[in-house]
Amino acid sequence: MTPVIEAKALKKYFPTPRGMLHAVDDVSLTIQKGETLGVVGESGCGKSTLGRTIIHLLDKTDGQIFLHGEDISDVKGRALRQVRERMQIIFQDPYSSIDPRKTVEFTIREPLKVSKKYTREQINELTENLMELVGIDMRLRGAYPHELDGGLRQRVGIARALALNPDFIVCDEPVSALDVSVQAQVLNLLKKLQQSRGLAYMFVTHDLSVVRHISDHICVMYLGQVVEQCPSKELFRSPLHPYTRALLSAIPSVDIHRTGEPEILEGEITSPINPKPGCRFAARCKYATEACHAPQVQEEVSPGHFVRCCRVNEI
Amino acid sequence: MAEKKSRGKGSGNSEFKTILKQLSYNKLAMLGAIIFVLELLLVLLAPVISPYNYEEMDTTAIRQTSSAEHLFGTDDLGRDILSRVLYAGRYSITMGIFSTLLAAALGMVIGSIAGYFGGWVDNVIMRFLDIIQSLPGLLLSIVLSAVLGPGYINTILALSVNGIPGQARLLRAEMLKVRGNEYIEASQSINCTKLRVIASHMIPNSISPMIVQATMGVANMIIMASSLSFIGLGVQPPAPEWGAMLSYSREFIRSSPHMAIFPGLAIALTVLSLNLMGDGLRDALDPKLRR
Amino acid sequence: MAELEKNAGHFLEVKDLTVEYFTKEKVVHAVNSVSFSLEKGKTLGLVGETGAGKTSIAKSILRILPDVGARIVGGEVLLDGVDLIALPEKEMRGIRGNKISMIFQDPMTALNPVQRVGDQIAEVIALHNEGKKDEFKRRAQEMLELVGIPRERYSEYPHQFSGGMKQRVIIAIALACNPALLLADEPTTALDVTIQAQVLRLIGQLRDKLGTSMILITHDMGVVATYCDNVAVVYAGGIVESGTREQIFDHPSHPYTVGLFGAIPNMNEDEEWLHPIDGLPPDPSNLPKGCAFRPRCKYATERCGEGPIEMAETPDGHQCRCCNLEAVIKGEKAK
Repeated sequence: MTPVIEAKALKKYFPTPRGMLHAVDDVSLTIQKGETLGVVGESGCGKSTLGRTIIHLLDKTDGQIFLHGEDISDVKGRALRQVRERMQIIFQDPYSSIDPRKTVEFTIREPLKVSKKYTREQINELTENLMELVGIDMRLRGAYPHELDGGLRQRVGIARALALNPDFIVCDEPVSALDVSVQAQVLNLLKKLQQSRGLAYMFVTHDLSVVRHISDHICVMYLGQVVEQCPSKELFRSPLHPYTRALLSAIPSVDIHRTGEPEILEGEITSPINPKPGCRFAARCKYATEACHAPQVQEEVSPGHFVRCCRVNEI
Repeated sequence: MAEKKSRGKGSGNSEFKTILKQLSYNKLAMLGAIIFVLELLLVLLAPVISPYNYEEMDTTAIRQTSSAEHLFGTDDLGRDILSRVLYAGRYSITMGIFSTLLAAALGMVIGSIAGYFGGWVDNVIMRFLDIIQSLPGLLLSIVLSAVLGPGYINTILALSVNGIPGQARLLRAEMLKVRGNEYIEASQSINCTKLRVIASHMIPNSISPMIVQATMGVANMIIMASSLSFIGLGVQPPAPEWGAMLSYSREFIRSSPHMAIFPGLAIALTVLSLNLMGDGLRDALDPKLRR
Repeated sequence: MAELEKNAGHFLEVKDLTVEYFTKEKVVHAVNSVSFSLEKGKTLGLVGETGAGKTSIAKSILRILPDVGARIVGGEVLLDGVDLIALPEKEMRGIRGNKISMIFQDPMTALNPVQRVGDQIAEVIALHNEGKKDEFKRRAQEMLELVGIPRERYSEYPHQFSGGMKQRVIIAIALACNPALLLADEPTTALDVTIQAQVLRLIGQLRDKLGTSMILITHDMGVVATYCDNVAVVYAGGIVESGTREQIFDHPSHPYTVGLFGAIPNMNEDEEWLHPIDGLPPDPSNLPKGCAFRPRCKYATERCGEGPIEMAETPDGHQCRCCNLEAVIKGEKAK
């Protein structure tokens, strides 16, 4: 089956006064219809940039992007506008992602209005349907964002993203600003929408329990590179890359009877500006050897399980 | 908080009403608004309510103080000061308002271009504004006024050039802040055009300081216009103007202080009322402070 | 707390603490007669969602609530038997940063950007101790090393440090005067998980080494499970359940605590749907009568709305503020 989204050797560099910042460096991935790819990593690892580059909110530096098998890497103008309608984004911060001076209704209507495809009556009807779909009471259509709590605001953001009926949505940490009880409501909503509309999600987050719950596949990013990529269950059952292992063991578990000390990484994330050619995790890795300072390639260690580590078989 | 009442449709009209309603909660701002509206009515109705023609001289009543016939007294040519203050207000207040509006409009265009595009566009515009701002404001207006020649329209032009850099900078700074918000990115992702992003999302979110500045700016412009008249530029006699009246009366300040007091009071009252309104507007324009 | 109260001589005891914020139009009941106690060297976790009043509790212990708009309406905060609420401001100043210190959530804004990090530590030491400048500097360098930062970096400025290192500097400042009580308000929320693990381990090690007691405020059940001895669950400004870590995690009894656990995605089991708690926390300026959780609670009965709910003892001996305890325990077992 043709994947909804495919990225090949995608790169995004930002020029900074101190050199090139390698935010996304040689990332390849595919996402099938109705599936969720979780992208995890710590702040500054390029996971948000990756999502924004794929949906053309940022211009890529190099690489290719395919939507339903069609090369959309360099679309411009009209074609770009059409492509954007099929790929949407839900943002992290429900406090800054909707315009504070616009009513709920205005925000949800806007994409429909801008697309110029619908009549006024159709827009009214679609807006009502959208509000019902994401669970916003019609009474709140004239409310301003500051009158809503975080969960409702995030629903407004979801309704806006769904308005143009996209095939693919980048969810950029959509629940990390919410309290757990509200977080569960929003996660359930996203899952329900995926099932009813066959949406493909790219779910960017740093919260591993959330990503485990919602994802079919997971890729773990470290400083702009994917270090491990495999089906969700396999990642939690048998993580292979040393960074993935450290990450998993660092999550404080609610299971108080869990044995085993968390593995504490020494040192801090190094700078993504002009990185050295070798493994970017080597400086914090307890297994690091000379070989790690040579460029690393992504290997398929078992079907569907990719790891970028030269010592994976020894570890 | 989700239970709060809805506020009807969010069209521009109801937004305006909301602001008015919010403003009505602030007693001082309301006082300012009432004074200003009253003043505006008085000066607009000057031909109807003023007891005398502002040019009419009464040589039998020279430099009289307040009386039943001449409520504010008369000047050295026997002209009724009340009538003159009323007529002068038409020039002073309208000059203040129009020059501010012009400055705000031009400042908005320049500021939003600089704020949205950033980079070298921003740099060129800002350096140009630096040059204008490096000249003392009043001096610039004096020079322009001298070049353009005196007169009502020319004075408005001379004054507004002065206001542009401040307004443009204010909008640009706010827009740079707003540009970093995710809702701007969101509006791009739903295919809003550049113009729509600027006009519908960025300007409404960055304009409040500008509106406040403009309200207070009117007061400033009135004072500047008065200063221009004071040194003989601006509106020319016999057309009355508050600053000109003030300037003219300085010879008689010891013997007939009322000649200076009444136009002076008119200026002070206008400035005060506009400042009160400006303060209130700042709060009313912030949706987070609304009740 | 009844059981603990018998055992007199707690190091910290908070009794009936009530805090209100007020504006012209309304009064916000941020903290509603909260009582708890803490033994020396132990760590108490205060868990709850945004706006539950956790930070207000900590700030009133340290008496750093804003002067305008907030007031401690009643209650006692006994530290070694001395009521801090009644203490004059001048004496309180001697306690802040010395006997009690606090770590704030955001390491990015808690340091002065134009002062050398070392000097910021030395300043706190100088404030509470007599002695020479050189000695303060030496102590500050020792503190830096204690938190794992080389002493050579004494003269650097905050912007030269990463987020995790800044938080370690803040810990060094908080522990510089060897406080008896450390209030940590979401100390790792702004940090990444691997850095969070580093910082929490460091806090834990220093706590054990220096014998500091600690109140750890967090919304993360995982952090509580890993680093606390006792737990108090805060909802709408009141403690709804408290006990030892084992009691709370193995036998959660209050419907809110139960709901909270249900809403967290499980790391060990696969589940199709999560179980959110319906509804929203109540408006703290308009709390429902009786149990504040009643409108969202599936076990609610008429009795819940009738008046203040007393703490009840659960079968395993911890405290739970619920009048339908038996029904809840039975209902949860049935699942």
